[in-house]
Amino acid sequence: MKHETIETNVGWLIILTMIVISIGGLVEIIPLYFIKDTIETVKVDGKDTVHPYTPLELRGRDIYMREGCYLCHSQMIRPFRDENIRYGHYSLAAESRYDHPFQWGSKRTGPDLARVGGKYSNEWHLQHLVNPRDVVPESIMPSYPWLTEPLKFNAINDRLKALKATGVPYSQTQEEYQANVERFGKPTADMLDINNAEQNLIDQAQDGNYDGNRNDITEADALIAYLQSLGTMVDFSKFEEGYFAKFR
Amino acid sequence: MANSTAQVEQYNYDIVRKFTIMALVWGVLGMTAGLYIGSELAWPLLNFDIPQITFGRLRPVHTTLVIFGFGGSALFATSYYIVQRTCQTRLFSDGMATFTFWGWQISVGVAAISYMMGYTQAREYAEMVWPIDILIAVTWVAYLVIYVMTLRKRSQPHIYVANWFFIAFILATAILHIFNNLAVPISLFSLTSYSLQAGVQDAMTQWWYGHNAVGFFLTAAFLGMMYYFVPKQAGRPVYSYRLSIIHFWALVFLYMWVGAHHLHWTALPDWTSTLAATFSILLLMPSWGGMINGIMTLSGAWDKLRTDPVIRFLIVALSFYGMSTFEGPLMSLKSVNALSHYTDWTIGHVHSGALGWVAMITFGSLYHLIPRLWETRMYSNKLIYLHFWLATIGIVIYISAMWVAGIGQGLMLRAFDQYGNLAYTFIETVNFLHEPYVARALGGLFFVLGIIVMTFNTFMTIRQGRREQALLEAKLAAKLAQA
Repeated sequence: MKHETIETNVGWLIILTMIVISIGGLVEIIPLYFIKDTIETVKVDGKDTVHPYTPLELRGRDIYMREGCYLCHSQMIRPFRDENIRYGHYSLAAESRYDHPFQWGSKRTGPDLARVGGKYSNEWHLQHLVNPRDVVPESIMPSYPWLTEPLKFNAINDRLKALKATGVPYSQTQEEYQANVERFGKPTADMLDINNAEQNLIDQAQDGNYDGNRNDITEADALIAYLQSLGTMVDFSKFEEGYFAKFR
Repeated sequence: MANSTAQVEQYNYDIVRKFTIMALVWGVLGMTAGLYIGSELAWPLLNFDIPQITFGRLRPVHTTLVIFGFGGSALFATSYYIVQRTCQTRLFSDGMATFTFWGWQISVGVAAISYMMGYTQAREYAEMVWPIDILIAVTWVAYLVIYVMTLRKRSQPHIYVANWFFIAFILATAILHIFNNLAVPISLFSLTSYSLQAGVQDAMTQWWYGHNAVGFFLTAAFLGMMYYFVPKQAGRPVYSYRLSIIHFWALVFLYMWVGAHHLHWTALPDWTSTLAATFSILLLMPSWGGMINGIMTLSGAWDKLRTDPVIRFLIVALSFYGMSTFEGPLMSLKSVNALSHYTDWTIGHVHSGALGWVAMITFGSLYHLIPRLWETRMYSNKLIYLHFWLATIGIVIYISAMWVAGIGQGLMLRAFDQYGNLAYTFIETVNFLHEPYVARALGGLFFVLGIIVMTFNTFMTIRQGRREQALLEAKLAAKLAQA
């Protein structure tokens, strides 16, 4: 076919352009669903240790997205010596497998948060969120005093159901619950039960006491619960050296 | 609007005028938002503890207003103009064209307000919530229909090269937008949704979208603009027709592969990011093909650089296009990316493309377009020169500051002391960034002042056009009365 045919026929131009622009995406995206090693297997004693977020953590994650935290903080540690010392073991694909959407980020105006869970106390986080310069004088992070306001969680069931529709294993039926017990163990399976979502959220906020105030459930409770969960689901001491490198 | 009856019949310029004005409005707002968030990084006090204007909420406002508001409106304006001129036919369906205008403006405006209120999908450059995504999709389909139908009723046998780029841009943007925004709303009455995909697949899809927002929205389409306005303003034909064919197909093919270079060293499998890096290097060739074709079109008309400020905008735009499409493949090399990723070098790179290429080619094209749309001369040539210098100096300050910031921070973060410990804490690198951030804000200020000057110049030009039109009509009426 002469190029003139394409230049004089808008139908050909559209068809050929569609073919040409489709190839790259097809080749790079589709195999990620079918190549098994794309997401690492992380099992300890036969149980998956990476599990979906609890209702409270999920609400915290919603707030993380609402405030645009991902624009300054990454959640993806690269396999370099400096990052290993600064942040910990490099991030696994498995660790964000329930992240709808992913929050890997693209810029570190602040430090990476992939393994911030357990690194600081709840008190530190609360102070840091309300006024970062109280604990890090040179910080350029905005203050978030409004996070001490009450958390809205009336739609928590809808949220979990929407995520379930995307494939996250929250349970609604007894069968699904049993499957989760098999897969994650009973304590985790209980937290993933949509029927108990609201009570689970309240209990976790009160027991965790993330904002230092047991009576009110605040946005800070949720956000800190989320931050404290980041990077804590894989215990790297349980895996032999080089186990995860095989997947790369 | 001053529209002589003769032209209403031949071409639909009204829609082009509307989009041109909105491009400038969003440009001023979006770039001012950019200046403000850049300043927040230098002086965090500017967040004022007001949720709506904190950096995290305002940053998508900036990117949406400049990419989709300014860039998008400029593309609608110029593509509607170009397709009519090169096909020598009137735009298909005035009603649908007006629909694309309102669909697009409402999407951009509502998106900006919704981010400030905290409604976002938290996907970079695709932050719009799902109802806006649907409105955009519908608007975009109307755009495609208008474009194809106008091409079909052309009175020229050939489809001019600028239109190939616009068609590729419209098709690719439709595919990217739809697949990247697949999501499950939590209810029909809620703006909140969760993306259909998660983790590594979601990351790959998002950057396939993200980089091709650059590749098709901010490059292919603006090349379409370049292929019309550069030859027009230079008064010379396109340098090489064959080169335009080769670099068109190579560009649209290769771009779709390179998104994963945003995910080097992450949990994305190595094969994917290596493939993306390979194609990124190959992409240098078609990119430079376009740049060479544009610059060589001006060869033989170089003297115009001295007398024509519009040509200056176009040639500087092409130069920045060449520079940033060289820098891009460089940064996609894994070893370079290890340093540059997560730092301000990326921000600098984006702005050398967005300010240097996208905005400058737009300014040049609009300065060519505005006098023709309102049937007069530009109000002030001196102000065009002023805008040119403000913009050029602003870009140079901006990207130099970001090179210092990005490379400096990258080197500090990986430095070890003689005992093998990390040489700097993270917050020490933040401290280091203060001066570059102040300089960047200054560069941004220059650029914003530039577009404000342009907007003033345009406003005065429109007034002048109307006054001349009124004068003409008065004369005509007087003549008729005498007769």
